[in-house]
Amino acid sequence: MKLNGEKIAKYALMTVAFSALASLLLIAVFIFKEGLPFMLKVGVKDFLLASDWDPQAGKYGIYPMIIASLYVTFGAMLIGAPLGVAGAIFLNEFVPKQVMRVVKPTIELLAGIPSVVFGFLGVMVLAPFIRTHMGGPGLSVLAAAVILGIMVLPTVISISSDAIGAVPNSYREGALALGATRWQSVYMVTIKAARSGIIASIILAMGRALGETMAVIMVAGNTVKIPHSVTDPVRTLTANIALEMANATGMAREALFATGIVLFVVIMILNGIALSVIKTKVRKK
Amino acid sequence: MTTRKPIKISVRELRVFQGKEEGLRGVNLAIPANQILGIIGPAGAGKTTFLRALNRLNDLSPDTHVEGETLLDGQDIYHPSFDVVALRKRVGMLFALPVALPMSIFENVVYGPRLSGVRNRKRLDEIVERSLKAAFLWDEVKDRLPMSGLRLSGGQQQRLCLARVLAMEELEVILLDEPCSGLDPISTAKIEEALTILKAKYTIILVTNNTKQAARVADDTAFFLNGEMVEYGPTGKIFTVPDDKRTNDYVTGKFG
Amino acid sequence: MKISPKITQAVAVTLLGAATLLTVAVLVFIIIFVLGKGLPWVDWEFLFSAPKEMGRAGGIFPTLVGTVLLPLMAIAIALPLGVGTAVYLTEYTRETRFTRILRFGTDCLAGIPSILFGLFGFIFFVITLKMGWCLLSGGLTLAIMVLPTIIRTSEEAIRSVPNSYREVSFSLGATRWETVLKVVLPNALPGIVTGVMLGIGRSIGETAAVIFTAGSALRMPMSAFDSVRTMSVHFYILAREGISNEKAYATAAVLVISVLLVNLAAYSMMHRFIARRSR
Repeated sequence: MKLNGEKIAKYALMTVAFSALASLLLIAVFIFKEGLPFMLKVGVKDFLLASDWDPQAGKYGIYPMIIASLYVTFGAMLIGAPLGVAGAIFLNEFVPKQVMRVVKPTIELLAGIPSVVFGFLGVMVLAPFIRTHMGGPGLSVLAAAVILGIMVLPTVISISSDAIGAVPNSYREGALALGATRWQSVYMVTIKAARSGIIASIILAMGRALGETMAVIMVAGNTVKIPHSVTDPVRTLTANIALEMANATGMAREALFATGIVLFVVIMILNGIALSVIKTKVRKK
Repeated sequence: MTTRKPIKISVRELRVFQGKEEGLRGVNLAIPANQILGIIGPAGAGKTTFLRALNRLNDLSPDTHVEGETLLDGQDIYHPSFDVVALRKRVGMLFALPVALPMSIFENVVYGPRLSGVRNRKRLDEIVERSLKAAFLWDEVKDRLPMSGLRLSGGQQQRLCLARVLAMEELEVILLDEPCSGLDPISTAKIEEALTILKAKYTIILVTNNTKQAARVADDTAFFLNGEMVEYGPTGKIFTVPDDKRTNDYVTGKFG
Repeated sequence: MKISPKITQAVAVTLLGAATLLTVAVLVFIIIFVLGKGLPWVDWEFLFSAPKEMGRAGGIFPTLVGTVLLPLMAIAIALPLGVGTAVYLTEYTRETRFTRILRFGTDCLAGIPSILFGLFGFIFFVITLKMGWCLLSGGLTLAIMVLPTIIRTSEEAIRSVPNSYREVSFSLGATRWETVLKVVLPNALPGIVTGVMLGIGRSIGETAAVIFTAGSALRMPMSAFDSVRTMSVHFYILAREGISNEKAYATAAVLVISVLLVNLAAYSMMHRFIARRSR
């Protein structure tokens, strides 16, 4: 009887263990089911590369949104990646352990600040600043990039810092013993050894920036237009989905799910790269 | 040889593979009931592997594989129909390092009985008292049974572990894997004294890297080397006039 | 001209230090700014009274209730699934192709942006299962979202339980499941709770996934099938529709404090857990 209970427990747990994978598949299936027929009807090429988005007029081109998402995401990485990696290096290599032990959790704690709060600050503080000093409406590519750049900092710092922390001390000591300065040992040995973790942190942060919605809606301005300057307002893929979801029905809603497919695929590719970068590193060890 | 007692455990051509390594290379041994068998030998001789084969703890390591025959009261414990849970209740084990579970002294002792379905509070109390007394720990802890077992000293923890094994009502065989390796002389003496009393009721197999301990408490002694059993006989003979030169070298301290 | 390594080092360290300082300063500024602007408007009445005129006046009580209920519902669903998965992966199976696929699924799920959870929750729970915008739809959606966090932290916690505990339990005649229940889970509990806290923190701050699944009705939910508005969603609506900056700041302050407290609890729990393990 006891062994029966044991079997039940085992199979129950095995079933439960599928929950994450099953959820992932369910999400993929439902988003594709809603969006793919539409995408095929409009034509994948027209959907991705046409520049007119006007669901009421039956125009469903998301090209401006794709460009906007790319600009905003790369802009965010230009800000977030160097600052984050620099922070991770500094905290791991040039600061007493006690300081690191306080600052790193503080930064990770801040990862919990809701994205809407970041967005709101973008509206209240950053956008007016850009409007006065650089012209344009303020709500813009630049504002979105800065806000997202700040938002991804905890991700970049936390993961790169783990990677740097995992570099064996003997590497550093080896370099220092050869007469390298602290910085040379960091630059030539530590960063090289932690490279894959740092890259993974940047790719994961890219995924976060690309997928972020609420903060972007609040600060990017949401105009469907290919931007010509960093002070132009734009609408990203995520913003497009969230803005029109409330009222969309029929074809228009399907178009939003098709937009979701694009987002899903790109993010899966980014995550896949990040995961395999981390995995190959682990295997090498 | 003295009058032989009935055979409790009989092992024939026991081989244990751990991954590609052969931890035991065909051990043959008949272990009589109600006495203490000492197993001596240098590190890596296969003593622990042998012990863990007797209550099938080796099953837990995924790439371990066992061949040969291991009979407990004439029944093959590796036969598919043999209930491994029941086996472990009959064949208890004391590990090298004392592992008190992070729960109270009381709960540590009744861990086994509770699994066997004993619920009655009075009976559990009796079990705790009987087991702790048999492990020579009762006087030291009787007033603080609700205290965490982790707060006992190492020597006390090992006796708590012994009591925990003794609490199992189905217990017939006690396996001890270098139980005193980390203990002070007083705790060691207490455990040894407990064992010499307990052998009246149980069959005891004591793996030790301390040859003096085997000489003190074991009735029979087996000498293991490189996964093989080199020699087996009454303790007095093994320590004075062993048949094998390697045994002689080991017990006289030439290696090991 | 060759620059001496010493000077390079001085420049590099200064730049790195400045970058770190900037990072910390910006993040700290955000907290101080929000609290400074918001806290003066927060009092008991604000917390515990109903909103008036769409939130232009009055308090945030229903959204406070929503902010408690929704994450709790998400955790109630995700906890057994997540811990069960972790137990299976650690105690019941070896590393195989199968477990690698399961792990890959978990990792991928963790990377999905919340807007896609919102889309999925909307089309699946709200529309296909006809549950409508409600506490349950939102709870289920958030449960899927926090599932990877719970799986990972639980797995880590379970792995940190010393193997000797399991051996002792087995040697005393416990089955695998008994060992899980009596030894493994109790000792992994602080780590599991850390995961739960992180999941709650994430749920409290979430907006995109919530607004499309739990809706945004500004009233007290009476059942699992009522729509709720959480503080995050309320704050988003206040800020985005320009209803009231004062109320928005005040709500943001309460929101930020709640999330920080929950995360702080999670981290201190984790650190105590690690400290105990390494002892």
